Amino acid sequence: MRLVILEDYDQASEWAAKYICNRIIQFKPSQGRYFTLGLPTGNTPLGCYRKLIEYHKNGDLSFKYVKTFNMDEYVGLPRNHPESYHSYMWNNFFKHIDIDPNNAHILDGNAPDLQAECDAFEKKIEEAGGIDLFVGGIGPDGHIAFNEPGSSLSSRTRLKTLAMDTILANAKYFDGDLSKVPTMALTVGVGTVMDAREVMILITGAHKAFALYKAIEEGVNHMWTVSAFQQHPRTIFVCDEDATLELRVKTVKYFKG
Amino acid sequence: MPSNKSVSDAPIAQFTNCRILRGRRLQREDLWVREGKILNPEKLFFDEKGSADIQLDCKGSILAPGFIDVQINGGFGVDFSLPTDDFKSGIDLVSQKILSHGVTSFCPTLVTSPPTVYHQILPQISVRNGGAHGAGILGAHLEGPFISKEKKGAHPEHCIRTFKENAFQDLLATYGSLDRVRIVTLAPEIKGSSEVIQELTKRGICVSLGHSVANLSQAEEAVQHGATFITHLFNAMLPFHHRDPGIVGLLTSDKIPAGRRVFYGMISDGIHTNPAALRIAHRAHPKGLVLVTDAIAGMGLAPGRHTLGQQMVEIDGLNTYIAGTKTLSGSVATMDMCVRHFQEATACSVETALEAASLHPAQLLGIEDKKGTLNYDSDADFLMLSDSLHVQATYIAGEEVWRQDALGM
Repeated sequence: MRLVILEDYDQASEWAAKYICNRIIQFKPSQGRYFTLGLPTGNTPLGCYRKLIEYHKNGDLSFKYVKTFNMDEYVGLPRNHPESYHSYMWNNFFKHIDIDPNNAHILDGNAPDLQAECDAFEKKIEEAGGIDLFVGGIGPDGHIAFNEPGSSLSSRTRLKTLAMDTILANAKYFDGDLSKVPTMALTVGVGTVMDAREVMILITGAHKAFALYKAIEEGVNHMWTVSAFQQHPRTIFVCDEDATLELRVKTVKYFKG
Repeated sequence: MPSNKSVSDAPIAQFTNCRILRGRRLQREDLWVREGKILNPEKLFFDEKGSADIQLDCKGSILAPGFIDVQINGGFGVDFSLPTDDFKSGIDLVSQKILSHGVTSFCPTLVTSPPTVYHQILPQISVRNGGAHGAGILGAHLEGPFISKEKKGAHPEHCIRTFKENAFQDLLATYGSLDRVRIVTLAPEIKGSSEVIQELTKRGICVSLGHSVANLSQAEEAVQHGATFITHLFNAMLPFHHRDPGIVGLLTSDKIPAGRRVFYGMISDGIHTNPAALRIAHRAHPKGLVLVTDAIAGMGLAPGRHTLGQQMVEIDGLNTYIAGTKTLSGSVATMDMCVRHFQEATACSVETALEAASLHPAQLLGIEDKKGTLNYDSDADFLMLSDSLHVQATYIAGEEVWRQDALGM
């Protein structure tokens, strides 16, 4: 892996955004030859999205020939609910850029047949030629997307019940009312993300430090699903100083040097 | 980029680089319009996989809902209470000219007149949508003749009436027809008014209290029967008294039926109401304030003499009096001037000032699902304004119907 350590959240966000931007530009996407990007939601990538929007508005980056696949979406939440991942992606990214709506794929948590929806999503990724760069985050319990502790490391896109940790962490977005928080979600599998040609995981903040330690300094373990990427040929972990707080000094020095 | 043709073929316009008044505040958001209505771009993106056909850069302007003037007696030499041969072209002229003041819908107002005048004029006022031809007409505002002689203001005394035995029938006979009537101003202390207020309210006509010497309990009773508006607060009514606040007391009355709100018109031209009084009213009941121009024929014209119904009035700057007297009669301030003056005098937020001329009149008339806001699916009647609230361009149903030219005229 590569472990890129930046001083703070803003710098980490900018580094990640620049990396994505450069990847797209170097690829030279065009009609019929799209760059495929896997995308996350949550607090961590907000700074990165802001920077990407800035590059777009400056005229440096176009999403005209980019296809995106989001990692997950809540089940049973109306699509226009302010906390749905559709709303998140629209407000924080899509509405500010020039992506073709036909190329922005997000799982439909209100589909009549949820497994069929998941299978169709896998097929769409396949038809798009696979993912060039999958960007993700990490939960405090080490999960990637909604692959909660105990998820198979070879899993595919499917319906998952959310762990209590996740539900508690999400309560703040639903007026602190636990009964309003969705308990299920559709998510890409660990295997789905492992299939991407390149993976970039964003990890910032001291509250994620223990999860980062478990993910890269301990063994591959289905209780900390991000650890699966130790076996991926091209993974970059982008973090800020605070996120490295639980790592061994030796690890940090090696990657900073 | 092409939009998805399966839902609608119509072009989609995206107004960018602007601040829009939505959710009671100015937000840095784009405004999307299709087929004359405000479009939900998120729904467009996800459901229709659609995108904008044209993008218009608003250069940082404020986009606000078009103003709605519920009390305007004429302008540019046209007097809505005078039955001339070319009355229709007169109303067309005014509706076209007020676009430059930011007014996208209005209620042509008739002052106290003899029945023949109503019979001649009302059939010539058609309720119609606005467009390039002019602001939309929501219906007539009939101010009088069932008002108080003591508070006639500039209304002709000889035409002022009380109700005959069968009050509502008398009103019908006087006006001829209520088809194109949206608002009626009357004095609630007149015998028979309760029945009239109930009948008018049943027919969806807004009843307003004005030109009256009613005390607070008479006013409250009128509200209980259905009245929802006060015509130009403070003017032509008893002054506020601490032991009987009169009609003004409705602003803080505890006898308003649950779920209802009393609105009140204010002419904020700096003349009809002292700014301190404007502030008192606004602070007492900010959600009920509706800006009106009460403009008369002389609005938009040079100083001098003009008609107002059966009377002659004299304009001197922003002041208009019944010729030869010191009695105020209507105003010549334009709606955008009123909005700016209101904002300055009360030091309220830009959002509040704009809502007083758009959202509140729409709520008064029960049309806020279509007018008075920039909510999704509302009619795309909106204005492009500078930070100082000067109108730069006016749009009705998504089409530009007026734009300030380079010389600022």
